[in-house]
Amino acid sequence: MTDSASQVLYQARIPIYPRSVKGRFRTLKWGILTFAYGVYFLLPWLRWERNAGPDQAVLFDIADRKFYLFDLVMHAQDLFWLTGFLLVAALLLFFVTSIAGRVFCGYFCFQTLWTDLYLLIERLVQGDRVARIRLDKSPWTANKFLRKVLTHILWLAAAFLTGLTFTLYWGNAPELIVEWFTGKAPFAAYATTLFLTITTYVMAGLAREQVCTYMCPYARFQSVMFDEDTRIVAYDVARGEGKAGRHKVTRDLKTLEQRQQQGVGECIDCGYCVQVCPTGIDIRNGLQVQCISCALCIDACDTIMGSLGWDKGLIRYTSEKQAEGKESRILKPKTIAYGLVLLAAIAALLWGVSNQAPLEMSVVQVRQPLFVRLSDGRVQNSYELHIENKTDQPLKLAIMMRGLAGAELDVGKLSSVEIGPQRSLRVHARVRWNSGNRHKGSRSFEFDLIPQTQPEIGMISAPATFYMPGGDS
Amino acid sequence: MSDTKKPQSAVQTTGHAWDGDIQEFNNPLPNWWLWAFYATVVFAVVYWIFYPAWPVGSSYTTGVMNNITFVDSDGTEKTMHWNTRALLLKDLQEGKSATLSREYLEKVQGADYETILGDAEMMAFTRSMAVGLFGDNCMPCHGAGGGGVMGLFPNLADDDWLWGGTVEDIQTTISDGRYGFMPSFRETFNDQQLDDVAAYVLSLSGQETDSASAQRGKRLFQTSAGGCYYCHGTDGKGMKSQGSANLTDQIWTIADVPGADAPAQKRAAVKAVVANGVQRTMPHWSDRLDKTQIKLLTVYVHELGGGQ
Repeated sequence: MTDSASQVLYQARIPIYPRSVKGRFRTLKWGILTFAYGVYFLLPWLRWERNAGPDQAVLFDIADRKFYLFDLVMHAQDLFWLTGFLLVAALLLFFVTSIAGRVFCGYFCFQTLWTDLYLLIERLVQGDRVARIRLDKSPWTANKFLRKVLTHILWLAAAFLTGLTFTLYWGNAPELIVEWFTGKAPFAAYATTLFLTITTYVMAGLAREQVCTYMCPYARFQSVMFDEDTRIVAYDVARGEGKAGRHKVTRDLKTLEQRQQQGVGECIDCGYCVQVCPTGIDIRNGLQVQCISCALCIDACDTIMGSLGWDKGLIRYTSEKQAEGKESRILKPKTIAYGLVLLAAIAALLWGVSNQAPLEMSVVQVRQPLFVRLSDGRVQNSYELHIENKTDQPLKLAIMMRGLAGAELDVGKLSSVEIGPQRSLRVHARVRWNSGNRHKGSRSFEFDLIPQTQPEIGMISAPATFYMPGGDS
Repeated sequence: MSDTKKPQSAVQTTGHAWDGDIQEFNNPLPNWWLWAFYATVVFAVVYWIFYPAWPVGSSYTTGVMNNITFVDSDGTEKTMHWNTRALLLKDLQEGKSATLSREYLEKVQGADYETILGDAEMMAFTRSMAVGLFGDNCMPCHGAGGGGVMGLFPNLADDDWLWGGTVEDIQTTISDGRYGFMPSFRETFNDQQLDDVAAYVLSLSGQETDSASAQRGKRLFQTSAGGCYYCHGTDGKGMKSQGSANLTDQIWTIADVPGADAPAQKRAAVKAVVANGVQRTMPHWSDRLDKTQIKLLTVYVHELGGGQ
């Protein structure tokens, strides 16, 4: 080795040991976490009676290209709803962020939820912050080794359950789980489980706050949505620092009066707010990109202030304007604009979902041969009608055509077409027409589908083109 | 985050020096990279053990994964080492779509033509299966959609059925084949007579012709002088038993009348057919296709042209 030191290209991660805290936001977060986990882990097991299709409440059936969401069945053609849903989700995020900051990050993001679970496991096995720091600094003993191994085993178990549950949404859960453990499940089930197990373990167990700080795009563009009226977790600098700054509680600085006399603020510099922060920041330094608005520092500070008998809210949800003592508005042009666009997107999505066509038909012309001349001089064109019954009842349908005067429709010996619930069918139809000399080239007409068993569905039509060869024959 | 006070030229050297001042730099790979490389080596070894890997002479190492068991298309059970071909064969026999289509096929096998033709779902299945069969066996002559080739192979999508358009007729045609023959009249008729017969044939389907010539042609057609009526009938409507064409309709399978512009061209087209005769063979498929395949094709062909 020479005397030159290695160039530092990146900073190694500084380990963070978040401390546990009790308080109203922590309670709220536990509540949300319990509810979210309850939904996520139990939903695949919820049964749902259907006339046709699987009896699983939520099932994404890729093989049959149908998504079952309770009483709603999404077909491949309805996939644009997903676009609508993503649009609504994005707008909701913008709207909420401009009002209340990163509440999604702090309370609902799965990275936050799973990291919380992993921290809980870590705390149960290795103890709270101080114990964990001590354990990490201590030499390797059997005790340390066991605790570390147990933590990772539990983490992996949680990750595995997460991954396995995810796969259950894509198949019949009670059947798939048996297949999974007997080695008969499709390869995709194993691959998905493995992938999600690994990502959960790595993201929630190892990467943690680095996901929020370095990987998550949302943290990058939140500044666009923030303004001086946005609710953020903030430290009341004026109250906490006073004129002479923060100071620990000492003999001369015990009561509020003593502190005020000497110009010292109310922050006793106990560091609790820093210790509980899952991203390891000091909120007293102001708003930072790492802050996920989880409000645990509020709980921590309120606990301290409460125990001292002083007013709570030294750290609280406030806006930049409010903190400066100015009036802060929630409803302003930007928020209203977000809100209106959001409402429009929700309305459009709801309209689309509630107006799902119960019956659909599309027509493809047979192009080989494009036309055939018949013995009586008429011209015949053939079509493939693709009919999809999206109801949960079998349908009896009559196929008709309209728009070509004197043309004959021939669907062979099918007196009427029967199509099962949630099924699709292709019907070969021939149209024979003699235009005389009036029409050459293409002529538009329509196929009609008339439900005979459920007339309330009403007739549906699909456009088609009749090709008439040139010439005068 | 970078500390500007640290020296920037922080490169390790191996300690070697040549000519006094030429040093060998040491830029080691990052550790994670090196470990990833070792992991690939371990992966490769594990892979050799489990999967086919190394060529050995004319054979190869098959690995220990000898667990792909499938039933071949001829009914024998096979167990093979892991390979994608065996997986495909297994899927073709046991996959979801294979099972489903086998169920449907059995349904079609068990049903009579009347039932199949009246059932939309069975028709849809038959068509999807028959398109492949038709493409493999019939398309070279009759074209992808059964459109045929003028002068050579009949159009199966029109409503004219030389050998009959019922499902029974179509099934016989496919399984036993057909031989269509019309003698050459080059030796029998002189040029004038050929013109006359052609004119008469054109007049049968309402084409514009010289009526005097057509009258002379009619005599040749309907008497033993030409004997055309033996096969085409006195009314020119053809005979299913002979596969002889109906000359009174608008369909021309050999003489390209619709493609001709002037009456003279049309007459020349018909005249050529009369002079040269016709010899067309549809091979029999009973040796090559099984009964179910012929059934599927029968329904498909019947549907193409609307059948009878």
